[in-house]
Amino acid sequence: MARFAKRALNGLLLLAAVSLLSFVLLSLAPGDFFQELKLNPQISPQTLAALRAEYGLDRPFAVRYWYWTKAALRGDFGYSLSYKCPVGTLLWPRARNTLLLTILATVVAWMIALPWGILEAVHRDAWLDHLGAALTSLLLATPELLLGLLLLLFAARTGWFPTGGMTSVNAAANGLPSRFGDTALHLVLPVVALALGAAPILVRHVRSAMVAALTSPFVEAAYGFGIPRQRILWRHALPAAANSLISLLGFSIGGLLSMSFLVEVILNWPGLGPLVLEALLARDTQVVMAAVMLSSVFLVAGNVIADALLYWNDPRIRTV
Amino acid sequence: MITRRRTLIFLAMLASVHVAAIVPGFFAPYDYGTQNRDLPFAPPSHLHLVDASGHFHVRPFVYRWVSRADASDGYREDRSQPYPVHFLVNGSGYKILGRWNASVHLFGVEPPGQFLLFGSDDLGRDQFSRMLYGGRISLLAGLLATGAAIAVGGVLGLLSGYYGNLVDTLIMRLVELFLALPWLYLLFAVRAVLPLQIKTTDTFLLLVCVVGLLGWARPARLVRGIVLSAKKRNFVVAARAMGASDLHILRWHILPQTYRVILTLAALLVPQFVLAEVTLSFLGLGVGEPIPSWGNLLAQLQRYKVLTSYWWMYLPAAGLVFLFLTYHWVSAKMQERFSVSAL
Repeated sequence: MARFAKRALNGLLLLAAVSLLSFVLLSLAPGDFFQELKLNPQISPQTLAALRAEYGLDRPFAVRYWYWTKAALRGDFGYSLSYKCPVGTLLWPRARNTLLLTILATVVAWMIALPWGILEAVHRDAWLDHLGAALTSLLLATPELLLGLLLLLFAARTGWFPTGGMTSVNAAANGLPSRFGDTALHLVLPVVALALGAAPILVRHVRSAMVAALTSPFVEAAYGFGIPRQRILWRHALPAAANSLISLLGFSIGGLLSMSFLVEVILNWPGLGPLVLEALLARDTQVVMAAVMLSSVFLVAGNVIADALLYWNDPRIRTV
Repeated sequence: MITRRRTLIFLAMLASVHVAAIVPGFFAPYDYGTQNRDLPFAPPSHLHLVDASGHFHVRPFVYRWVSRADASDGYREDRSQPYPVHFLVNGSGYKILGRWNASVHLFGVEPPGQFLLFGSDDLGRDQFSRMLYGGRISLLAGLLATGAAIAVGGVLGLLSGYYGNLVDTLIMRLVELFLALPWLYLLFAVRAVLPLQIKTTDTFLLLVCVVGLLGWARPARLVRGIVLSAKKRNFVVAARAMGASDLHILRWHILPQTYRVILTLAALLVPQFVLAEVTLSFLGLGVGEPIPSWGNLLAQLQRYKVLTSYWWMYLPAAGLVFLFLTYHWVSAKMQERFSVSAL
């Protein structure tokens, strides 16, 4: 239990540090949302100052940070000046879509990586292993950006998948099952792009963890006792390799979130990515800040889940 | 022996890419900004050896593209006049390292012929030249950012590993923070701080600083690990016993032990940081037109027509993948050779 408390504290500290860091960065910004208005000769400096005062942009840094933190703890990330609505109402549906995409992509990536890595480890240094290694190198060297574009080209050429968005135009009129199918069809390309982007690193880790497990003395001993190969693989080697893989699960979420940003923008998935990009171009710092915060929350949550899994898998941790 | 020769070949390729990025003017047949509004999206020129009347030429030649009357964006070769490809030809002027004037190009054809090795873009600009000039921005940004990250990370890692205690705890906490951050979001947060339209050199410097400063955590952790074991080695203890100062020990006894690992890590970081530049420019937040960068070249693919119709617009992307592959391969070989365990 003490372990969990420590982890949770670490997570909270991380969130606090991220918020402070991004708040400092954004308050260092030369100019703000109203800067554009300065160019308009019809708006006097007094009006501008009044506008700034109304939105509290003239308060000192510490005061603004205090108000922001209080609001953020309630799940309210302030008021978006370019969308003219609370940031929360913008953010939550987008965050839900990003979460849906990344969770599905994580599952698919692991479903690709586990069998692939295990196969490579079992046939290590055979042609299958070399072929797999060549494929992972190629995938690793291909930026997600390009993966997204290639999938877009594929969709445009074949017409099998929609090239963007989350639902078809007339989807709302249909019943629940067809709406579900429609969304699922829209999910295919982004999920494949993300999963392919994340898989090569996972494959490498699965392979090295499995090789380490398969060459360890206890597995040699198990062979000596005449335990069947399949049983050794699944009952002895895999649980031993699982530890480092579970830690990797928590760690890989940060990378996946960054990757999903790009994939969302390219394949036009209505997640956090396109929203942040628009907000960035409109100099709407509140939205950018909130998205950075939210992605950090996802990250911490992912790490906590990985930690819980580790606790469940490894009895050695429980005794400490 | 074969592995060794292959390594040399890979290293030579890597070196040539960098040389081309340092003096793009010499290797590029045209300037990056020269437009030819008559030839938007012209396909790569075909190299010929046999001309229209069946005569064989030893020197390869190209034909000019002229637009086809029956299709709005189609081209056919004008077979009336061959343009042989010459080496070391005089062409448009350029500057070497921004200093010396020159006008010799590695290859080219007599104007009005145009040798489009990788085709042309929407303004009729030579893709190959733009790709080489783009390398000057993107590759240099990646290399400098790697240098910055390793400098910052190296110093902090040395301090952390050598002095230990409070310094160590503090720096390692920071490392954990930076490793855990969703770095792309942070990169955008930093980008959001700055004005949207800034000069190319400013953007470039900014990219280098931001990417370098966000990426220091991995080198720092790695260097710290080496220092921890290095400071217990006998010759370090002996040096200290003989009254050597901390600075002397760090510089002459400990730092040299980190070189191999740092070099291996650097080969991994360069593609990652090049990609950061590509990403920002791709989204229109980095280096702006008309200056080419690899991100700008890829950004053209965001247009549906370009994406589906002009295959040669993918060539810069293919070049990027190839470069990254080479870097990864070199890093893997170094890891083997220097027996670096974990990165």
